[in-house]
Amino acid sequence: MSDLSQKISEFISSSLLLDSNVDIAGTASFLEAGIIDSTGVLELVQFLEETWEISVKDEEMVPANLDSLAKLEAFVKRKLGG
Amino acid sequence: MIGTLRHRGPDGRGVFVDRACGLAHARLAILDLSGGAQPMALEGGDLVITFNGEVFNYLELREELATRHGRRFATRSDTETILHAYAVWGERCVERMNGQWSFAIWDRKRERLFCARDRIGVRPFFWTMHEGRFLFGSEVKSLFAVPGVTRALDLHGLNEVLTFWCAVAPRTVWQGINELPPGCTLTIDAGQGSTRRVEIRRYWQLDYTLDETRSTEQCVEELTGLLVDAARIRLRADVPVGAYVSGGLDSSVIAGIVKRHTDTRLQTFSVTFEDPEYDESAFQREVVERLGTRHTTVNASNALIGSVFPELSWFMETPVIRSAPAPLYVLAGLVRKNGFKVVLTGEGSDEMLGGYDIFKEAKVRRFCAQQPDSKLRPQLLRSLYPYMKSLQAQPDAYLRAFFHARPEDLESPFFSHLPRWKLTQQIKGLLGKDAKAELAAHDPIEELRARLPREYAGWHPFAQAQYLESTILLPGYILSSQGDRPAMGQSIEGRYPFLDARVMDWAAKLPPRKKMLGLDEKHVLKRAARDLVPPSVLARPKQPYRAPDAASFIDPSTGKSRYDYVDEMLSGECVAKSGIFDPVAVQKLVEKVRNGSATGVKDNMAFVSVLSTQLVTHRFLDRFESEIPAHDPATHE
Repeated sequence: MSDLSQKISEFISSSLLLDSNVDIAGTASFLEAGIIDSTGVLELVQFLEETWEISVKDEEMVPANLDSLAKLEAFVKRKLGG
Repeated sequence: MIGTLRHRGPDGRGVFVDRACGLAHARLAILDLSGGAQPMALEGGDLVITFNGEVFNYLELREELATRHGRRFATRSDTETILHAYAVWGERCVERMNGQWSFAIWDRKRERLFCARDRIGVRPFFWTMHEGRFLFGSEVKSLFAVPGVTRALDLHGLNEVLTFWCAVAPRTVWQGINELPPGCTLTIDAGQGSTRRVEIRRYWQLDYTLDETRSTEQCVEELTGLLVDAARIRLRADVPVGAYVSGGLDSSVIAGIVKRHTDTRLQTFSVTFEDPEYDESAFQREVVERLGTRHTTVNASNALIGSVFPELSWFMETPVIRSAPAPLYVLAGLVRKNGFKVVLTGEGSDEMLGGYDIFKEAKVRRFCAQQPDSKLRPQLLRSLYPYMKSLQAQPDAYLRAFFHARPEDLESPFFSHLPRWKLTQQIKGLLGKDAKAELAAHDPIEELRARLPREYAGWHPFAQAQYLESTILLPGYILSSQGDRPAMGQSIEGRYPFLDARVMDWAAKLPPRKKMLGLDEKHVLKRAARDLVPPSVLARPKQPYRAPDAASFIDPSTGKSRYDYVDEMLSGECVAKSGIFDPVAVQKLVEKVRNGSATGVKDNMAFVSVLSTQLVTHRFLDRFESEIPAHDPATHE
């Protein structure tokens, strides 16, 4: 797992989840799995902005960008211009 | 003077008088019960000290002073260690001390008085100049006991209370009375031809230069090691040491460490509340069951809070805006009743390790302010306070204004604290015409700008918020009106492992992301606490310590005052006589409380502020002479 994914995974695991045994990397949809709700997504975006010093617009807060670890990694990399 | 401080030291009394200097001491005997009497002299009387507090690393300092510098010790006390440390290292001795203290050393050869206060302001130190004499004491009342010393309220100090919740040292709420700021030393020369100028030097400050080199696991390990040792050296005493258990994370961690890492047979103490909104007894029971401590509780009913508030005002010596100090006074009384003099508590953790809601709130507000057009972000502001129905229904623009979460707010160096300070300042609407006129040009927030350290602007916003909280509210209110004063009012000494010098220095350098991961407060501490506290305590949302405010003084079920003093202090006549608040505005507020419509935080704070100011001025200005102990020879020195 990349350092970026590792950091996001650690955040979700310790800040958004009560159950520490969830396979975050293997989850296809955080929304479907009940891992992230409407408040959780804002906390997640705040974490991304704080950690990688990026800026996320309202229209970017969509499942296509945020709904799995792989999507998140791709999104952050895109924002970083990588 | 010393007669007014009997509560701080009921176990002994001592006086030293020299040609140019007099020192007095009231002793709470904790270390070296037989050999630690004060004032204590060294080197044939060339150095004499009066000292309140503890130097917890005195054994290590003593070892170094004896082996490397050949110092010989006559007692087992930490007091003597300070004298030797001063003799060897001079005024920089304080940099080596780890503890909570205020002291004064008379250096006879140099004809100089050297005074110091601990880093973060656990122990108090007040001073004034009167007719060319330098007077100092642990409490303001000891200075007022000197005939001729002016007793008058400083409205600028009150203005700070009605902004920051406390006056900010060196200012106090009393004209001409100064507080030595935490982390500072003070010297004054008394020799012939000296200017008698007071010199104040800062020897310590929180340094938020972040250390990004360590992993979270390393940080957890380091913090655990530091806290274990901080608690261990705070158990040094020749009397039994107890611990408070609030039901929250911090006190549970400390009690857990003592239980696991020392062989101390721990006794714990808790305060419970009549009102379930404030009561944490279910969590307290879980902690106590897990630790297996001997445990005692006391219930701070609303009526009891109201009942002790006047006598506590005598000890606090300042107006306060919440009733929260009162249950702690009741709790300290329980400790005393059980034969204890010393308790460990969890204070300081929220400031040092990032636990307060104000830090979380600032983070979310910043998140919102950064994108003013976002429709989604204000939802996170609402989620901070799900139980506040009015907040949920508020349109975004109002929400942003209330929380100071607009782009222009981001430019303030006080961004984190603007909502609290601006809300508190609304109480000033109750001030009378003359007081308002006198304060028209005084803006405490602007004044604070000039006092910020040079490095402040370069610190991370989270560190800036921590700095403000750790240097204003912590010493000025938490460690004073909720710490030293209610405890010492019952002759109890609080000890704070989270305020260990090493813990504070280490925590300041801990990156904000490790303090609050996302919105998970005290993240590293929680990781360190996994094996020490019950899982339910670890998982529970932080509950700020609060107590019922107006309801402690006026019974909500009847609308009637619980005690005569409430009616007396808030009467139009009494308010007019004090000349601080507008009697008509106060009557309106009191009516609102009586008819049950003063349900908000602002009205409750305003009510307690007025009552508290009235009580303090009544006792310290109107009837001070009758309050101080009579027929006490020591008061006439």
